[in-house]
Amino acid sequence: MLIRILPELGHFALILALAMAVLQAIVPLWGAATRRPLWMAFAQPMAWGQFLFLVLAYLSLTASFALDDFSVAYVANNSNSLLPWYYKLSAVWGSHEGSVLLWVLILSGWSFAVSLFSQRLPRDMLARVLGVMGWISSGFLLFILLTSNPFERLLPNVPTDGADLNPLLQDFGLIVHPPMLYMGYVGFSVVFAFAMAALLGGRLDAAWTRWARPWTNVAWAFLTVGIALGSWWAYYELGWGGWWFWDPVENASLLPWLAGTALIHSLAVTEKRGTFKNWTVLLAIFTFSLSLLGTFLVRSGVLTSVHAFANDPSRGTFILALLGVTVGLSLAIFALRAPRVQSLAGFGWLSRDSLLLINNILLVVMTVTVLLGTIYPLLLDALGLGKISVGPPYFNALFVPLTALLCLFMGLGPLARWKRMPGRELARRLGGAAIVAVVVAAVLPLLYGGSFSLGVTLGLLLALWLALSLARDIFDKARRGRFDKTRRGRPDRSRRGRLGGLKKLTLAYWGMVVGHLGLAVTIVGVAMVSHYNVERNVRLAPGQSVEVGGYQFAMTDFRERRGPNYTADTATIEVTRPGRASFTMQPEKRFYVASGMPMTDVALRPGLFSDLYVALGERLDNGDWSLRIQLKPFVRWLWLGALMMAAGGILAVIDRRYRRMPRRSAALRTHESIPPGTGAREGIS
Amino acid sequence: MRAKRQRRLIIVVGLVALVAVAVGLTLYALRANINLFFTPSQIAAGEAPHGRTMRLGGVVEKDSVERESDSLEVTFRVTDFAKDVEVRYDDILPDLFREGQGVVVIGQLDDAGEFIAQQVLAKHDETYMPPEVAEALKATGNLPDGSVPSS
Repeated sequence: MLIRILPELGHFALILALAMAVLQAIVPLWGAATRRPLWMAFAQPMAWGQFLFLVLAYLSLTASFALDDFSVAYVANNSNSLLPWYYKLSAVWGSHEGSVLLWVLILSGWSFAVSLFSQRLPRDMLARVLGVMGWISSGFLLFILLTSNPFERLLPNVPTDGADLNPLLQDFGLIVHPPMLYMGYVGFSVVFAFAMAALLGGRLDAAWTRWARPWTNVAWAFLTVGIALGSWWAYYELGWGGWWFWDPVENASLLPWLAGTALIHSLAVTEKRGTFKNWTVLLAIFTFSLSLLGTFLVRSGVLTSVHAFANDPSRGTFILALLGVTVGLSLAIFALRAPRVQSLAGFGWLSRDSLLLINNILLVVMTVTVLLGTIYPLLLDALGLGKISVGPPYFNALFVPLTALLCLFMGLGPLARWKRMPGRELARRLGGAAIVAVVVAAVLPLLYGGSFSLGVTLGLLLALWLALSLARDIFDKARRGRFDKTRRGRPDRSRRGRLGGLKKLTLAYWGMVVGHLGLAVTIVGVAMVSHYNVERNVRLAPGQSVEVGGYQFAMTDFRERRGPNYTADTATIEVTRPGRASFTMQPEKRFYVASGMPMTDVALRPGLFSDLYVALGERLDNGDWSLRIQLKPFVRWLWLGALMMAAGGILAVIDRRYRRMPRRSAALRTHESIPPGTGAREGIS
Repeated sequence: MRAKRQRRLIIVVGLVALVAVAVGLTLYALRANINLFFTPSQIAAGEAPHGRTMRLGGVVEKDSVERESDSLEVTFRVTDFAKDVEVRYDDILPDLFREGQGVVVIGQLDDAGEFIAQQVLAKHDETYMPPEVAEALKATGNLPDGSVPSS
């Protein structure tokens, strides 16, 4: 009996969660404004209750999928009795309604985590943070209940079977990609809430940045992994061998990532030096707004893209309104409450501060160029000025030089000191790295590909520059420890042997190293796979063979087979190479029975230095098949680098500094916020 | 104080100059890479430029797909049921490419009026009709029943 009304219970749980979200949005903020502890204390139980009821709602939708309850419209549209169980569970976020539910669930999960791990925050700060998150949550819960209820029933005409999950989404990559991406998107709501809370409380000192930094890093790491997973998924699932298409939906996830990258750096400056305060708050607002914009772009159906999640217009209007209210309100609060007195701590032309400023400017410029290319067609269309699209050449033409510039300064940043850095010393320490990078980058392509390629040289140059300058920095720190900015600011000249300095390096430092090296690895991947990619489309019949890039591909067998919810044509391709053992690859063309959709299942032979990629095209008139055969050198490095970046972000969070946070925040509350010796001065009272 | 003000002036002028250069380059890159959308009728009327990358949208005409027997080259006609355009493509067609279904083709018109495709897009959804195509067909009154633009 209970099972039959599960969807209604889920629906009811959603409504209860909304009620709690509204309370969480209003009461604690009011309490903080009027200094009533009891009202402020409302925030935590409401966040917990909200989380609980959203988990219940989510579980009941999942149960409807697991039990094949096709009277629920969403289940009927996105599942099928033949679907394997693990895809039934991931089908919950396979389409619009469920993925918005996942969005809100993750949001309440973040609120829950904030209320658990930030118990030592000043009471009014916590109340304000959770209050702001309550507003966001209320908005999205209203959105679900009013426009995209996943529990809607198809009664009384219940379909006997479901329409099946889109075959593209029946894949491991897509089981994990959306949750990761959403963890990132939604995670930026935490830093946004902290920034808002600091503004509302009028305490825009460096303290809020210290509390917000770990949350921001974690969200950023999730987003990085989510984007990498999306790229990996597109690579093997779409069957063209591309890994980034500058597709609007991809851009929608890249935008908050770029802004978020700028944010984690400017948070560092604000925390350490007390400068960039307003800028950091603005970035926090923009980063979260771009997350909302991303949600709008993907979920509103305004985009023509490979993802093609299309929907009815009222949803788009609703999210656009949410976006407008969020941006408008937060900017209004910023305008009203931002500190007018500027911070007094200055810095020289060449210093870590100025390099981080350049980093921020470049990242923001990159964000704006991507934003322009993504929404320009939409704006023109909305204004009735014609339908256009902006091609990848636009993005490449701007993104590549900007990245190059960014990397140039990224090499300098970690070695520069706060406040002032003599240019001569920087040149002395990095001259060697620069020369080695130039020479190796010029020579390596000749050894690898036999021909000179400007793109590869540039990519290698940047990657080597990043890696070598970091290596130099670690070397110097290990040997002397003199350049180590100990948190006391005292140079340590005691001799501890050759590598004694290594022990003193913090996890936060290693996080930076791993993250920056990750970018270098990704750049190597991009440069190599873009320029040394071998790609051939061929006709092949069973018994024939073809040579591509030194490998011999022979189609030895061709047969049909049945999967759980599809039939497939499977080719067996034997790949040989002189002097190496041969192996087989089995690309498939699948036909999904319930939805009637064909799908290409790519055969991959992954390797650290090169992937082989074989995809079946179509059956031609005389029984031949068209085949897409590609050699993708270093393609794995793309995603490996992204994983390293994410790992760097996480490493920095588990630094001891944040574990000791409670005591420090106690000190901060009494306005002794500046550790002696960092040279930062407070600009606001 | 004066020196400080002067320095600030230099910074501001420098920033403005940088922004101007950046905006100029961006707009130039944008202009050079915009792909306009055309329907077969517009192309037949000579509205589309030759030798520029654009997007063509319509429905693949029934029985118009022809393949070479020894290569992957394929030709087909894209129609909006008023006019049609001959498209030539030398690559693997997407899984959902079918006669009678909506496609968007990215490519260039050659001098003979043939459309040389660089990329053919057929959406990953059987009931999906690219919105531009649906709109174009609606304009000529030829939107087939049952195909909802975006569903």
